[in-house]
Amino acid sequence: MQKQAIFQSRLLPYALVAPQLAIVLIFFYWPALQAVIQSFLLQDAFGLSTTFVWFENYIDLFKDAAYFEAIVRTFFFSFAIAVSSLSFALLLAVMADKPLRGSMLYRTLLIWPYAVAPPVVGVLWIFMLHPSLGVLSRYLRNMGIDWNPLLDGDQAAALIILAAAWKQISYNFLFFLAGLQAIPKSVFEAAAIDGARPMRRFWTVTFPLLSPTIFFLLVVNIVYAFFDTFGIIDTMTRGGPGTSTVTLVYKVYSDGLLGGNLGSSAAQSVILMVMVIVLTGIQFRFVERKVTY
Amino acid sequence: MALRHFGAAAAIALTVGLSASPALAATEIQWWHAMTGANNDVIVKLATDFNASQSDYKVIPTYKGNYPDTMNAGIAAFRAGNAPHIMQVFEVGTATMMAATGAVKPVYKLMADAGEKFDPKIYLPAITGYYSTSKGEMLSFPFNSSSTVMWVNLDELKKANVEIPKTWPETFEAAKKLKAAGHDTCGFSGSWVTWVNLEQLSAWHNVPLASKANGLDGFDTVLEFNGPLQVKHLETLVELQKTKTYDYAGRTNTGEGRFTSGECPIYLTSSAFFGNVKAQAKFAFTAVPMPYYPDVKGAPQNSIIGGASLWVMGGKSAEEYKGVAKFLTFLSDTDRQVYIHKASGYLPITKAAYEKAKAEGFYKDQPYLETPLLELTNKEPTENSRGLRLGNMVQLRDVWSEEIEQALAGKKTAKQALDAAVERGNTMLRQFEKTAVK
Repeated sequence: MQKQAIFQSRLLPYALVAPQLAIVLIFFYWPALQAVIQSFLLQDAFGLSTTFVWFENYIDLFKDAAYFEAIVRTFFFSFAIAVSSLSFALLLAVMADKPLRGSMLYRTLLIWPYAVAPPVVGVLWIFMLHPSLGVLSRYLRNMGIDWNPLLDGDQAAALIILAAAWKQISYNFLFFLAGLQAIPKSVFEAAAIDGARPMRRFWTVTFPLLSPTIFFLLVVNIVYAFFDTFGIIDTMTRGGPGTSTVTLVYKVYSDGLLGGNLGSSAAQSVILMVMVIVLTGIQFRFVERKVTY
Repeated sequence: MALRHFGAAAAIALTVGLSASPALAATEIQWWHAMTGANNDVIVKLATDFNASQSDYKVIPTYKGNYPDTMNAGIAAFRAGNAPHIMQVFEVGTATMMAATGAVKPVYKLMADAGEKFDPKIYLPAITGYYSTSKGEMLSFPFNSSSTVMWVNLDELKKANVEIPKTWPETFEAAKKLKAAGHDTCGFSGSWVTWVNLEQLSAWHNVPLASKANGLDGFDTVLEFNGPLQVKHLETLVELQKTKTYDYAGRTNTGEGRFTSGECPIYLTSSAFFGNVKAQAKFAFTAVPMPYYPDVKGAPQNSIIGGASLWVMGGKSAEEYKGVAKFLTFLSDTDRQVYIHKASGYLPITKAAYEKAKAEGFYKDQPYLETPLLELTNKEPTENSRGLRLGNMVQLRDVWSEEIEQALAGKKTAKQALDAAVERGNTMLRQFEKTAVK
């Protein structure tokens, strides 16, 4: 049996990948190119007057202190979201991996939040933690915490991180569970016979063997925190209070769509694109090498 | 047999239908709007009534999301070459629409081109002034207009033995008493923090928000709202925020439930809040004019409007414009304006409709519905109270809100916050000036 397929016609393989290629070109390369072009232009919202300004949009951005604040904030958010959701998901996965009665039910329930769209997540958390509507806010107030994310930037940031991390837990959980189940039981047994206690077994056996999964998820989570938190931010805080929850993606939206400043918005998108290319590059480099110990 | 008959009948019906439809085809007029709930019903009824009144044109209303969404959808559609004929744009989008020469068709020009009878004098100047050039040419057609009023929970004020306040110092005192009487999370509050506490406050006290008549006289306008009045006002709010005598309720109107739930007994927001108050408030309520500072000479001046107007988009055929013109005339009808006023709580835009509502005794039982009209017509508008025309206004408001929030959170002083709001806002105005079509 020969695994390699042999095509009779030289054109057939091209024809077979053509639909996929067309999709990639139309939906990825074309808009990306448009963004790059737009980032060199100064244009009104309606596209009636256009001036070519070279790198002016970029220069303006780098002169803007608010943009740097947004970069720092975005990295902080990404880090906080990735770490909190990864560690919590790992804890849950390790628990769910044990032979439990009804484990299928737990697993299914844990995966549920992944099916919820980000804006819906935002609305859910608003109902729980809105200073005047929220169910949980009342408890927080009774506990003596002056809970007001409408004015307190740190609380608003915490709220966003909480909601975004919560939503991502299911996804991480799935991968961790699969990763855990892929580890041969014999390794654990050997460690147990050598006298390693569960905690030690986790840190010396499970954790290193899970490292490719962890690394993959870390990158995915950072990309998620970069982009997919938009819906949550837009429904929960709209960037406020102050600018305490304005991330890079939210700034692209508010400058471009709310502010009508398409040139700057496009320049910001291009910078974001570069960041993601770098992130993905790192991921490929390391994951392809298969991080194992 | 029956089946064959049916088939034949269907074939005949189809042929008739096909041959008849081109003759009946009415020119379609797309109308994009941002109205929900009861106000959406009003829009649908207006379109249905217009379509029933004649057969040449068919107005098709489509809900496109909230105000910024609708505007963005319209702009994107224009860029893609399929803009709607009529687009509802909120008042703060006015400068952006106006700057888009070629993308829009000014209403005065539309009416003249279509040969439709049009007398700008029949409209209330306090309302149309916002949407007209300095020469008085109407650019967009006011649809739903409102103004800032102070909503008051009469039951709670009575319980706390507080008179309805007229001035700001009285309002602060009332809020302190209400807080002492059990409203410990909110003595008073308000929505749209910049609209109420910067834009309306400035107009109401005849103080400029920006130079060049608040931008009406040119895009080279400069923000000026970091003056003593606005700083003093914000300082007081910051002070009262510490004790929750005033409690910030967010940038938009999401905090309005705090009035209807009874939490905040005094609440400053749009007069268009009426529909919700009427439906939800389980207490006696009223709406009174915004408070003023009695030490400011000449205060109160007049308030400015909020709400939205209908913009006619450019690049359509003469026939389509004729239909749009007819529709605008249809909307200007006195009885129809009275209907819109009563059904939505928004203001009538013609003098005749206002007079008619008055003559019918509409304001006798509901005096609070006249409050915004009295505010708007309180005095002859000045340079500072005619309206606002600032580019990028949606984002400007966000930036101002950000700074106000920092002041309320104690991270900046009121003066620092307003200085920063002015400075950041001016940068955005210069950016807008660069891109605006000259």
